[in-house]
Amino acid sequence: MIRALHRWPGLLALALLTVLALSGAALSVFPAAERLAAPQAEEGLTVAALADRIQAVYPGVEQIRRSPSGRITAYWFDQGTPGAAVIDPATGEGVASADPNQVERWLTNLHRSLFLGDGGRIAMAAGAAAMLVLSLSGAALVARRTGGWRRWFAPLRGPLAGRLHVEIARIAVVGLVLSATTALWMTASTFDLLPDGGATPTIPAEVSGETGFPLDQMARLQQTPVAELRELSFPYPGDTTDVFTLKTDQGTGYLDQGTGAFLAWADLTGWERVSETIYMLHTGQGAAVLGLVLGFMALGVPAMGATGVLVWLAGRRGRPRIRGNQPAGRAETILLVGSEGGTTWGFAATLHAALTEAGQTVHVGPMSGFAPERYTRAERVIILAATYGDGAAPASAAGFLDRLSALDSVPDIPLAVLGFGDRSFPAYCAFANAVDQAARAKGWPELTPLDTIDRQSPQDFARWGRALGTALGLNLELSHQPVLPKTETLTLISRRDYGAEVQAGASILRFALPRATLWQRLRGDRFARFMAGDLIGVLPAGSPVPRLYSLASGRRDGFVEIVVRKHPGGLASSQLTALEPGDTIAAFLRRNPGFRPGRGQTPLILIGAGTGIGPLAGFVRGNARRRPVHLFFGMRHPDSDFFYGNDFPAWQEEGRLTRLVTAVSRGARPHYVQDALRDDAAQVARLIREGARVMVCGGRDMAAGVTDALAEILAPSGLTPAALKAEGRYVEDVY
Amino acid sequence: MKSLLATLALTTALTLPGLAMARPVTLTTTLTNYGGDGAYLALYVTDSSGTYVGSLWMAGDKSRYYEHLSDWYRATAGDPAQVNGITGASVGAGRTLEITLDLADTLFDAGYTLHIDAAVEDMRDSPNEVAVPLTSEGAGTPVQGRRYIASFSYDM
Repeated sequence: MIRALHRWPGLLALALLTVLALSGAALSVFPAAERLAAPQAEEGLTVAALADRIQAVYPGVEQIRRSPSGRITAYWFDQGTPGAAVIDPATGEGVASADPNQVERWLTNLHRSLFLGDGGRIAMAAGAAAMLVLSLSGAALVARRTGGWRRWFAPLRGPLAGRLHVEIARIAVVGLVLSATTALWMTASTFDLLPDGGATPTIPAEVSGETGFPLDQMARLQQTPVAELRELSFPYPGDTTDVFTLKTDQGTGYLDQGTGAFLAWADLTGWERVSETIYMLHTGQGAAVLGLVLGFMALGVPAMGATGVLVWLAGRRGRPRIRGNQPAGRAETILLVGSEGGTTWGFAATLHAALTEAGQTVHVGPMSGFAPERYTRAERVIILAATYGDGAAPASAAGFLDRLSALDSVPDIPLAVLGFGDRSFPAYCAFANAVDQAARAKGWPELTPLDTIDRQSPQDFARWGRALGTALGLNLELSHQPVLPKTETLTLISRRDYGAEVQAGASILRFALPRATLWQRLRGDRFARFMAGDLIGVLPAGSPVPRLYSLASGRRDGFVEIVVRKHPGGLASSQLTALEPGDTIAAFLRRNPGFRPGRGQTPLILIGAGTGIGPLAGFVRGNARRRPVHLFFGMRHPDSDFFYGNDFPAWQEEGRLTRLVTAVSRGARPHYVQDALRDDAAQVARLIREGARVMVCGGRDMAAGVTDALAEILAPSGLTPAALKAEGRYVEDVY
Repeated sequence: MKSLLATLALTTALTLPGLAMARPVTLTTTLTNYGGDGAYLALYVTDSSGTYVGSLWMAGDKSRYYEHLSDWYRATAGDPAQVNGITGASVGAGRTLEITLDLADTLFDAGYTLHIDAAVEDMRDSPNEVAVPLTSEGAGTPVQGRRYIASFSYDM
């Protein structure tokens, strides 16, 4: 709900807000420039002395104005010709033109009305209102993402566009809320919707009828310092009934031109004062530094617009369009999806279509949007949940378990949980299990028992669908055609083979970069942007299920490289290792933002075994900034799988790799990578205490062994692998 | 339309004997290229003693800015009812405002004076920009304003 409130106004108002923000930022410079350029009045100068000086130079002076920046302007007539100038208060002489700055005038009209008069003013006010809605809904989203208002500045993880969006937002939001609310106030004031009109005293009927009282002897002007002056208007020449009009930041009054007597006075009203303060806050006139700060924050708007669109596109790319999705408040069945790469959304779409066909009203949404209080008409909840890594929540289910455990009472409508996973992993459907257990512990009634789908099996899904249909009293036939990401053709350039002699074949395969269109490059789509540690999905001939491999290269390397070991009977690995240069495969890119070395110069500890060395070697190769990198490499035998063995010496020479430690597991004395870590315990512990980041890639058993070894190594310093993981300083890519 | 509205307003604002004897008068105001935003103009009439009699037209629709038309504002205490129904848009630099009103014959050659106050955002206020006696001979003779008005004339 909050997300929709953020997304749609944002996309709709994007162009308008960009114009508003850029023109506003440009305008913020003028008050500061005026403040610097305007000659300021000396301390203690009175209006009487100033007016007298100006009148001596310009006898036909009609009006003297002081702007909030301190700039003093005089207007006069000299033998029927109008004149105006910015005045140096020290001499009363004109020093600069008083004509309005044409650039500033143009920008002001663009900013407040798009040159479209009242219609444009209303459009821009709508833009300000959209800005306010975006700021408030965005702030709520930031708080939700970081885990509460107190963690407003907590570090972020995830793809760059989303991170940048939040980084800019949490600084700029204060300025944007201020600018938007003051803009709305000013519009209301312009359209006379506020009772903030000026109060003027009535002109006394009786005046002396004389003229020519010397300015510098008028008592009221002598008591008014220039700093308080707004405007002093002179009587019309020859009109004995006219008076001096004095406006200060306190109010407005009249003075007799023949006697200098003080005739009448009206204070500014409270509304006027509020409106003037708001005008100052919005324009920076009289508060130049604040204006510059607000202008700078406004520059964040176009950046947030661009990153916001990228976040939105990325979200759309990952999931299929669901036709006829019902709002949560109107649906009988609530379908919540926990998906990492997007395949589970495909299953959700199939289920949605089948239930809708059967006459149900169904709402599909991410598990992260779990909001039971909105399910007013719902009769059941169905959760389709994949698992990320070792049992963690997938991307679209972030925060679900926390929200569930925070509930006082669960909905009294029944729940079905379906897990998606791969039985070859020990943490098979671990997140779905966790969700199911948490729900049962809360006493949530069961619709159907927990079931699982192995490797996107359409048969499993159809079987579960029949069970669900029985529970609902419907005839439910789910025929799921997995929607695969669009693949591209990769052509093999070269291969380096390892271990053919020892009957354990493995290869480093290097493919040419596929051509990217300009649009793909701009969007950073597909292979137009990738980094070592991202994944490619390879579709082997004869199977619709893709296999994922970690990339050992980034776009900058100019090629796509993976390390593949041939598994006996493995469809994809046999086909890949049989490729010859010039042969092609179908593959797609899948980003893996959780497994990146990140920026900065803190040391990296890379730990990998076997083909898991691929992405780690990619990080080393891309380490042009010579960040300290300590690589622990476990292999079976130097003759069989010392991948990149020929490259390491050169990388060390170039400073890309600080130290290489190898462990060999086949031989007289088996030595694993976790043993190598223990041998080096003192240095590893020191590096981690100093902020080093740990990245592990390889088989599941190796990763578990590394965690155990690090737990031992870190125990004396009071650190744990779990704490490092929570901080994002210990990341794994295991298979 | 303008002339109809103006007649209605004048029946209340300029209650003069023999209003039935009225004729269409065209007021043409051309502004200089003063290099600012649209000008607010107040067109109004005073009698031979300088007392405000009524308003003919207000170019500018935001009453909060009327105080910058300072003579008009002083004469009417800024009462927006004075220009109710005879208000139009402000006039851009270099542009011409042409309005046709049914004015009573008795307004002419009787000591009445037509005034225009002008004001522009962030520029000087110009009360009494134009002050021209309403006479039969004066019709069709353009006069120049003090700051913003290049020429003003009334034609019968």
